[in-house]
Amino acid sequence: MSGTQSYITLNYIDLVAASLLILLNAGLSLRLDLGVHRSFFVAAARMVVQLSIVGLVLKALFALVSPFWTGLAAAVMVGFAGYEVAQRQERKLSGWWSLGLGTGAMLMASGLVTVLALLTALRPEPWYDPRYAIPLLGMILGNCMTGIALGLNALTTGLVSRRAGVEARIMLGADRWQALSPITRQALRSALMPIINSMSATGIVSLPGMMTGQILGGVAPEEAVKYQILIMFLIAGGTGLGAIAAVLGGVYRLTDTRHRLRLDRLR
Amino acid sequence: MLQIINLRTPVLEPASFSVAAGECVVLRGASGAGKTLLLRAIADLDPSEGRVMLDGVERAAVPGPEWRRRIGYLPAEPGWWADRIGDHFPDWAEALPLVQRLGLVPEAGDWQVARASTGERLRLALARALVRGPKVLLLDEPTGALDKGSTAAVEAVIGEAVRGGLAVLWVTHDEGQAERMASRHLIIEGGRLVKA
Repeated sequence: MSGTQSYITLNYIDLVAASLLILLNAGLSLRLDLGVHRSFFVAAARMVVQLSIVGLVLKALFALVSPFWTGLAAAVMVGFAGYEVAQRQERKLSGWWSLGLGTGAMLMASGLVTVLALLTALRPEPWYDPRYAIPLLGMILGNCMTGIALGLNALTTGLVSRRAGVEARIMLGADRWQALSPITRQALRSALMPIINSMSATGIVSLPGMMTGQILGGVAPEEAVKYQILIMFLIAGGTGLGAIAAVLGGVYRLTDTRHRLRLDRLR
Repeated sequence: MLQIINLRTPVLEPASFSVAAGECVVLRGASGAGKTLLLRAIADLDPSEGRVMLDGVERAAVPGPEWRRRIGYLPAEPGWWADRIGDHFPDWAEALPLVQRLGLVPEAGDWQVARASTGERLRLALARALVRGPKVLLLDEPTGALDKGSTAAVEAVIGEAVRGGLAVLWVTHDEGQAERMASRHLIIEGGRLVKA
């Protein structure tokens, strides 16, 4: 941000000291026969490798400030998030819809919200400066991904378990939006619950990671708070838009123009 | 009234027949022969090919929901979407005379769905379909879980509706019932319609 050097830089010895906590937990797992030491180690190792690589990639991106490389990085992030959404579904849509619906909804919502924030609130020069665009997209995408995954999962599992009730309404002449509305509403509630909870609890139960990070980095708390409020609005807006697009897209796919329920389009 | 020409699905072989206004056609066949699939195809609940016409109007020319308001379908295990029985009716008070003729008490409107027995739910679902005034009614074993008295009540109500001009396609395993109700019989074997 401004060139203030008020934050404390870490050296590798500091990290080794902290990593002893992982060893301590692994030791406890062995001693108490919990059987989690292996996955604990693997996850910790993955975290170190992934973050180190991200550090290098971000360093290169920030040095380049190229619209092409920034766009490519954003596309890779959206692609991975789309894959995650598809992986988290108990009942997947058939064919390309499984991957395409979540990815498309996320691309639309997080892209829109990120670009909006870059053009209005933050206004970096150039507007696609990866130093702002990439972390912003990452935060919005992370929450959007959770919302969409939960929403689609609630939609498909709800339709499978409450199929008879939905079809009863269709049989009596309801159109597909009416017939599916209780399940659509339920799916959107599931999708938005985490972000609603986190907005309600933030500042009381939890201090958001980004704000904490800025404060540790030497930014004045009231400035960090302003940033956090901006980010929360962006996250909530992006998650809402993404979840609505994904769930309504799911309703569209799992019914047809004759207003029939088409659960044969689930794998 | 209801005219079906070469109606087919991946399971059903092309079927052609018609049901006139005021006619009750009984459809019989072994379990798994495709009776339910045929009813679902006519009600346009599953994709099917071929032509289905009501009063000379092609199904394809009518939006799905409108089609299903004209062609009522009572499945063997009706579904419920709300907690309270009465919420499944456009107007419970208006449905009361019919509900009582089917041997149910007026308070049933305030019941939770879970409180109604299988037989009560079948009769309530029949009432729910009839009060919406369909021109054709497709019945999938509507008395399968009913005792003699309730079966007689259902037969009386449907018989009266048929005399009033309703066209009915009725799936039943009960030979006595088929004799009592049918103006005509259809038999389905292995997805193929065989006229009786």
